[in-house]
Amino acid sequence: MSISETANPRGSVVDRLRDALPKIVLSPTVAIVAIFVYGFILFTLYLSFTNSRILPSFEWIGWQNYENLFRIRAWDTAVSNLVIFGVLYITICCALGLLLAILLDQRIRAEGFIRTIYLYPMALSFIVTGVAWKWFLDPGIGIEAVVRGWGWTTFEFNWIKDSQMAIYTIVIAAVWQTSGFVMAMFLAGLRGIDNEILKAAQIDGASTLALYRRIVIPQLRPAFMSAFVVLAHMAIKSYDLVIALTGGGPGTATELPATFMYSYTFTRNQMGIGAASAVIMLMTIAAIIVPYLWSELREKK
Amino acid sequence: MADAPAKSSFSLGRVVLYTLLFFFCIYYLLPLYVMLVNSLKPLSEITAGGMMALPKDWTVAPWLSAWSSAQVGVEATGLRPYFLNSIIMVVPAVALSTIVGALNGYVLTKWTFPGATILFGLLLFGCFIPFQMVLIPMARMLGLMGLAGSVPGLIFVHFVYGIGFSTLYFRNYYAAFPTELVRAAQIDGAGFFRIFWRILLPSSGPIAVVCIIWQFTNIWNDFLFGASFSDFDSQPMTVALNNLVQSSTGVKEYNVHFAGAIMAALPTLLVYIVAGRYFVRGLMAGSVKG
Repeated sequence: MSISETANPRGSVVDRLRDALPKIVLSPTVAIVAIFVYGFILFTLYLSFTNSRILPSFEWIGWQNYENLFRIRAWDTAVSNLVIFGVLYITICCALGLLLAILLDQRIRAEGFIRTIYLYPMALSFIVTGVAWKWFLDPGIGIEAVVRGWGWTTFEFNWIKDSQMAIYTIVIAAVWQTSGFVMAMFLAGLRGIDNEILKAAQIDGASTLALYRRIVIPQLRPAFMSAFVVLAHMAIKSYDLVIALTGGGPGTATELPATFMYSYTFTRNQMGIGAASAVIMLMTIAAIIVPYLWSELREKK
Repeated sequence: MADAPAKSSFSLGRVVLYTLLFFFCIYYLLPLYVMLVNSLKPLSEITAGGMMALPKDWTVAPWLSAWSSAQVGVEATGLRPYFLNSIIMVVPAVALSTIVGALNGYVLTKWTFPGATILFGLLLFGCFIPFQMVLIPMARMLGLMGLAGSVPGLIFVHFVYGIGFSTLYFRNYYAAFPTELVRAAQIDGAGFFRIFWRILLPSSGPIAVVCIIWQFTNIWNDFLFGASFSDFDSQPMTVALNNLVQSSTGVKEYNVHFAGAIMAALPTLLVYIVAGRYFVRGLMAGSVKG
C-alpha cells in the first residue's frame, strides 16, 4: 500500500505488481463469485423467461412460465406446505429453544454435557435424520407398532402415511434437528444480559416470571432476529429432509418449493418452469436476508 | 443471567428443573438410540414390533452388509465405495476453501480498499442463496469443463460455494487482530505474503479449526449437489444412503438402513464430540454475526 509507494519512488513493474498483490490474491474469488453466483443467477433468471424444456433454450416467452407455474396444483401445494411448515417450524423451534435456554441458564450441573446432547443433531445430515425418523414414524414398525406391542392395541400414529398430516412429520423431524441450535443462540443472548439490572429488579421485588417477561425476553430481540432469519432461510431451502423422510409424498402431500423445482427441472423436463420456481425461492430468501445483511454490515462500520 | 438463587440445591423447583432437562435429553437421544439398537439386531426383531427394545440376539451382520454387500441403486456394493467418494471429495474441498478464505479475510481486513464492504456483502449473500438457482447453469458448466458426474466436479462445486463462509470466518477473526503489528512489519520491509505467513497465520489456529469443521460438516452432509452432479460411481455417502433406503426392492432391511445411517453420521458426529466447542462457534459466527 502507500508505504511501499513512498519508500520506492522508482515505481518499477515489480513494485507496481507488489502493490497490486492484495487485489490479485482476491481476484480469483471475485471472478468465482461473479460467475458462479451472480452470473448463474442471471442465467437462471433468463431461463425462467424462455421455453426451455429438457435443455436450455433461448427463445423468449415472457411471463408465461410464471403464469403457468401458479396454475399448477403441485406448486400450490408446495407453497401452502411451505407456509404451514415454515410457521410451525420457526415458532416451535423458537419456543423450545427459548425454554431450553432458560432452563439451562439456572446454574445447572453438567451444563456443558447437556448442551452437547441438545445440539448434536445439528452435526448430522438431514438424510440421516430423515432415515431415522422415517422408520421411527412408520406405522408398521415404528412408534405405532411399539405402543401397540405394549398393550394399547388401538393406538394410532400414522401421520407419515396420511396425506393430510404428513407435512407435520417434516416439522417434527426438522424441529428435532435444529431446536438445539436455537437454544444455543438464545443461551448466548442470555449470557450477554447485564446482571446488575436483574439484581436491581430482584431487589425491587420483581417475581421471576415478571423478570423474564419484562426484562430478559425483550433483551433477547437480536437473538430472536438471528434465529428467525436462519430458520426462515433453512425452511425455504428444505430439500434433503423431505426427500429422505417422505420423498414428497404420499402423492404430493409434502412437496415443498425446493422439491418441486428439482422434479420439474430434472425429471419432468420443464426447465423453464423449474427456473421460474427457483427465482421465486431466491426472491423470498432475498427479502429476508438482504435487510439482515445490510443492517449487520452497516453496524460494523 | 445465571443468577437464580441457589441456596438449597434440593428444593422442589430444582427437582422439576432437572427432570425436565433429563426428559429433553431423552428426546434428543431417542433417534440415535433407535438407530443404534436396531442396527445391531436381526430384522425379525424389528418387524415383530421390538423397535424400542434392546437386541435379544446381538449381531453385527447389518453393519457388514451395509458396508460391503447391500444393494445400493443397481449394484450390491454396500456403502464402502461411496464412503470413500465422500472422503476424496471432502478433503480437497475443505482444504481449498479454507486456504482461499484465509487469504480473502487477510486482504479484506488488512489491505482494505474502497468498496471492500460491499464486495464482502455480495460474497456473503452468495452463502444464503437457494442453490436451486445455480443447479441448471452449474450442470452445464461442469459439462463444459469435462467434470460432469465426477468427484473432481463435486470438489469444485463445494469449493466454489464454500468460499463465502470461510471468508466470513477469517474476516471477522482478522478484524480483531491488531493492525499496528501489520503496519510495523510493513515498515520493517516485510511483504504481503511474509506478513500473512509470519504474523497472522501463527495465531489463526482457532479460527482455522472452526472453519475446517464447518466446511467438513457442511460438505460431508450435502445432498443437493451430490444428487445433482454425481454419477453412479461418484455418488457421495448421503446420496448412496438415500438410495439404499429408498430403492431397496423386496424386503426392507431396516437394520441395514440404520447401520448405514450411522456410518454416514459417524464422521461428523466424531468431529462434533471431539471438537464440539469449535463447531458451535462456527454455527454462531455463521448466524449471529451475519
